[in-house]
Amino acid sequence: MRAFARLLDQLSFTPSRNAKLTLLRDYLSSAPDPERGWALAALTGALRFDAAKPGFIRKAAEARMDPQLFALSYDFVGDLAETVALVWPDRAGANREPDLSEVVDTLRGASRHQVPQLLEGWLDALDAGGRWALLKLLTGGLRVGVSARLAKQALAALGQKPVADIEEVWHGQEPPYDDLFAWLEGRSDRPGSDTPARFRPVMLAQALDEAADFARYDAADYAAEWKWDGIRVQAASEHGQRRLYSRTGEDIAAAFPDIVAALDFEGVLDGELLVFRGGQAAPFGDLQQRLNRKTADPGLLARHPAGIRAYDLLLDGEEDLRHLPFRERRARLEGFVARLRNPRIDLSPLQPFSGWEELTALRANPPKGEPQAAEGLMLKRWDSIYEAGRPKGPWFKWKRDPHLVDAVLMYAQRGHGKRSGFYSDYTFGVWRRDANGDRHLTPVGKAYFGFTDEELKRLDKFVRDHTVERFGPVRSVRAGADFGLVLEIAFEGLQRSSRHKSGVAMRFPRVNRIRWDKPARDADELATLEGLLGSIPGIAPQRRS
Amino acid sequence: MAGFRALLRNTPAGLYCPPGDFYIDPIQPVDRAVITHGHADHARSGHGAVLATPQTLAIMAARYGADFAVASEPAPYGQPVARDGVTVTLVPAGHVLGSAQAVLAWKGITAVVSGDYKRRHDPTCLPFEPVPCQLFVTEATFGLPVFRFPDARDEVARLIKSVALFPDRTHLVGAYALGKAQRIIALLRAAGHARTIYVHGALAAMNALYQTQGVVLGDIAPATGQDRASLPGEIVIAPPSAIADKWSRRFSDPIPAFASGWMQVRARARQRHVELPLVISDHADWDELTGTLTELAPEEVWITHGAEDALLRWSSLNGIKAQALEIAGYADEDD
Repeated sequence: MRAFARLLDQLSFTPSRNAKLTLLRDYLSSAPDPERGWALAALTGALRFDAAKPGFIRKAAEARMDPQLFALSYDFVGDLAETVALVWPDRAGANREPDLSEVVDTLRGASRHQVPQLLEGWLDALDAGGRWALLKLLTGGLRVGVSARLAKQALAALGQKPVADIEEVWHGQEPPYDDLFAWLEGRSDRPGSDTPARFRPVMLAQALDEAADFARYDAADYAAEWKWDGIRVQAASEHGQRRLYSRTGEDIAAAFPDIVAALDFEGVLDGELLVFRGGQAAPFGDLQQRLNRKTADPGLLARHPAGIRAYDLLLDGEEDLRHLPFRERRARLEGFVARLRNPRIDLSPLQPFSGWEELTALRANPPKGEPQAAEGLMLKRWDSIYEAGRPKGPWFKWKRDPHLVDAVLMYAQRGHGKRSGFYSDYTFGVWRRDANGDRHLTPVGKAYFGFTDEELKRLDKFVRDHTVERFGPVRSVRAGADFGLVLEIAFEGLQRSSRHKSGVAMRFPRVNRIRWDKPARDADELATLEGLLGSIPGIAPQRRS
Repeated sequence: MAGFRALLRNTPAGLYCPPGDFYIDPIQPVDRAVITHGHADHARSGHGAVLATPQTLAIMAARYGADFAVASEPAPYGQPVARDGVTVTLVPAGHVLGSAQAVLAWKGITAVVSGDYKRRHDPTCLPFEPVPCQLFVTEATFGLPVFRFPDARDEVARLIKSVALFPDRTHLVGAYALGKAQRIIALLRAAGHARTIYVHGALAAMNALYQTQGVVLGDIAPATGQDRASLPGEIVIAPPSAIADKWSRRFSDPIPAFASGWMQVRARARQRHVELPLVISDHADWDELTGTLTELAPEEVWITHGAEDALLRWSSLNGIKAQALEIAGYADEDD
């Protein structure tokens, strides 16, 4: 438990992804089986206990110490599990410290009313770090920023294998993953590679570099289709097993029972998850309502019906198509989707074009209808096989130019990791008129990348030199009609938002340019952004000077 | 308080002893002062006569210059000094080099003003010496049951392990310039870390003073003046304020660490953007505070500063008469 607790503790303080990977790999290579497997399951959320309620934990602590001293402690620390972990009095003659596997095994075999006694015994035996880890585990919330993706990368590093290999076997595996570790350490063959409806690692596209790639590649070798504004999914249905995966292999089926019900076929589809309204894709914001949920309630399902816009077929019945060229897979896909006759599964149509020039024009001015809401174009080589990862050449994505707005820097906050000494997170605002017609800045978003290291230095200096007020880690920066720094912000889309004071929320905002030259009074007005709301989808990207 | 007030009382300038006519760690300039230790909030400049251990006087001279007081009188540990009718003896407090408890004896009463203290092993100073007394005046910087510090050697082992795990990054350890910094260096040496340890310029004077007092710090070199992305895989010690600010940019992808009792609470570490919190303090933790009161069993306890509420509550539960003095001006946010 001690090593797991220490890992948890370090992960919680480590913002850098690379450093987290190092910590995970170090732990996984030194902890024994099955301890490390349970740890991995706990970190990725595959192992959850809601065995202990906060009320019980509090009572258990108050039974061991003066409630007034406990209250003073809790008041200072602010987190119940942490407080109890710190104040829990040592008991002489406590049992041996349990390891994580022992806790997991015991809890799995225990009835609910046995849990309190077990928990108290373990708290007596553990040190403060161990108690904290145990309480976090038992209350179901580790929250140390380890995604399943990160865990798979750590496993890949441990076994010196491509991440795609881990992704492919992952869904057949159960904690504590003995077979997986045995394979990674070269002690046995690859496990469970024939599990039905397992995840197939996806093929990803490179970003198109117009300047170089048009000269390098022949337009006739490529098919084009629109890049839909949803999320990439893989829908698998084999031998009665139905799964819906995100592009990193997370099973998201629980949030999409409407989709799962529609998978009445044998095969594996690759496509875009969207909210469909009258056969048309709704804006991304509608889909967002349904993401990151453990379940979906009937009202939500009815208001935001989901569907798949298919663009590839990996398995047709039992036949694996991934080694076939895109041209053949595409023909099979068209037949497959047509036979389904399912309103929740439609086909992503190809966009005919004669050459790069015509395609460039289409991207700038998409034809009427759904293409106007697309994020851009996808290019796929007719002769490309379906290859996991992000190979260079067969697939390209070519996004539309972002929307741009000139905003004024209002607040700055210090970053983490490499940027911990720099003010690198910027809140920016645009002008808004009040009832008297006076103009005030109102915050519309936050950006923390898009600038070079050199620019960051200058921005940081600007923030330090022009700080008006400090609120904890946040600095308020001088910003008004006569003085202020204008940031040209690029963003992908705009949504109405009741959570933001301005009423709008940007998607993927970043600093496009720093306008050291532009007077703050000439920055954009909120009305400009609101105008964008009405016309999205379909607005041509605006370049403002 | 009434019974002991003739010997010791709280005034706006700090704790005052009327029969001896002196103050202990006064927060304003006074004619006669007894100083328990060299931290700036306890040892101020501008007093008339100062009585302190020779080490504390050396620290004050290094900080404020030789003229930090009109006159200074060294009182080595254990040697009684008469101040009018009161006998003052300084005994080790275990806090930092030269730190002392002031033991006052007068008309059959013994009162101990502990100053700041800890009860743990520290290779850079003498351990706390318990003195039986009727009145014990204690600090309570970490006077909450949540503060129960781990073994400092385990914390330093974590630092060394992290250096091994991240050999391309500089480990930047925030530590109070007087006491903590030298203790960390000494602990690193005891753990077998033989490499050069780099230090911020603000630590140079105290390091040199500790070395002349016989504390072995090994090979130390200035971190200032190093190039960009310098000192990968090395340990750099700096004042806490420097670890997350401009100064830190010269190092190689630094990992900000902070050695402090406050690091026991996760939110405190996060607020300071600390990635490697090291729970190492030169103050007594909750178990040391309550253990000391139990051991000494004084008739009365006065609490100078810190989190007095919990210690008052504990005292009342344990039948010890206690009260808070609420002396303003003692601050230990960085320790």
